[in-house]
Amino acid sequence: MPDTSITEGAYNYAYLDEQTKRMIRRAILKAVAVPGYQVPFGGREMPLPYGWGTGGIQVTAAIIGRDDTLKVIDQGADDTTNAVSIRRFFAHVADVATTTRTEEATIIQTRHRVPETPLKGGQILVFQVPIPEPLRMLEPRETETRTLHALSEYGVMQVSLYESIARHGRISKSYNYPVQVNGRYIMSPSPIPKFDNPKLDRSPALQLYGAGREKRIYAVPPYTPVKSLDFDDHPFEIERWNECCAFCGSTESFLDEMIVDDAGKRLFVCSDTDYCEGRR
Amino acid sequence: MSGTLSSLSPGLADPSHDAQQLFREVLDAFSHPGRIVTLADAPQGPGMISPAATAYLLTLADRDTPLWLAPSFNTPEVRDYLRFHTGTPIIEDRAAATFAVLSHDDADPFEGFASGTDTYPDRSATLLIEVPALGTGPVRTGRGPGIKGETQLAIAGLDDWFWRQCATNHALFPCGVDLIFTTGSQLLALPRSISVEVSPCTSR
Ligand SMILES: [Zn+2]
Repeated sequence: MPDTSITEGAYNYAYLDEQTKRMIRRAILKAVAVPGYQVPFGGREMPLPYGWGTGGIQVTAAIIGRDDTLKVIDQGADDTTNAVSIRRFFAHVADVATTTRTEEATIIQTRHRVPETPLKGGQILVFQVPIPEPLRMLEPRETETRTLHALSEYGVMQVSLYESIARHGRISKSYNYPVQVNGRYIMSPSPIPKFDNPKLDRSPALQLYGAGREKRIYAVPPYTPVKSLDFDDHPFEIERWNECCAFCGSTESFLDEMIVDDAGKRLFVCSDTDYCEGRR
Repeated sequence: MSGTLSSLSPGLADPSHDAQQLFREVLDAFSHPGRIVTLADAPQGPGMISPAATAYLLTLADRDTPLWLAPSFNTPEVRDYLRFHTGTPIIEDRAAATFAVLSHDDADPFEGFASGTDTYPDRSATLLIEVPALGTGPVRTGRGPGIKGETQLAIAGLDDWFWRQCATNHALFPCGVDLIFTTGSQLLALPRSISVEVSPCTSR
């Protein structure tokens, strides 16, 4: 379990001091004004347990209020250690209601999934982002990636994807599959499966992305086109399974594979636990 | 006529929670350009400044965000109020301003404000433009992120020249200033990402 000492003693509402919240709020508004662009923000390191995703926590802390209902998912599940801890943390420091139901939530903080239940207008999806720069694996220098974004010079990404096709016959990237936002910035959708990429496109919900270590915030406003990069002869495709969920029978959702006995028997179940429970 | 501190109008009654709620209303406006958002509990501002613009500044301005005030708002009462409640430096140089408060009939409203750089387009000013009314006046069509298809918007007190400047600002994208129109306790946001048709849709 994460260190609980940070939830004890004196603290500000939603943990962050007011000046830090204002700074993050200003960065969020700039991020909304320039969709897909990574807005740097300052501020101190946030002492939080490893795995919580400080960027997502900071964004949620800057926006959350007593009228909100918070849902937290980790890999699609509401009941993992991190999801439970983060939910308790905000219930404690921000005095908010929490839920596991996607449709009841006003804010959904997520790591590695987008809920299967379609999001509604007025909902805010907060992504925890480990590495915000989609070009980082191709270009380690920040000054260079910044220039590439400034010039919309994304040939390096196209070449990388095409090399993957040349080598594997298809684009092998299945997580963190790069997208282009409103025809301008190439953006990392965070390590969600590419299965979730179509849900980002023209969603009525507001998407906010927080990267804590690199101190970047970026956003996709509602109804904004989000296109997964592809080629005319190799169009973007999402994963499909021959199996259906062993619990709810869904053939539509993202499935996790589970080994259920020593003989190596395998089952497929929905990664989104709320969606799965709602269907049983 | 600079008053004593005790004569200043109050700021936010419950600073942390009021600022949170106001921020969410502002975020709603930014995320849905063209939407008229009414700010609950916007405090009565000083001088000629609307409650909406006052609420915006109390929520987002501080000592790190230099503020430029158009002459009609640049009075001792307004300066004292904003300095006391936000700590914001009030400056004369438009280029250094994070925020600015202008009137709808000010000449060259965009002139001289930071519009960011190609590598840091976020380093740009946000302009609060006080208008006589929202939801009335010539209807124009807006398109862009946050808008499903297109939206009709009507803002009173802005002439064709203003909208041509607005189109020029949009053409700078990803650079450009972000606009917030305020009246009473209402506001409407037009981030730089939004294109607004220049010719009015209604005949006069
Ligand atoms: Zn299922």
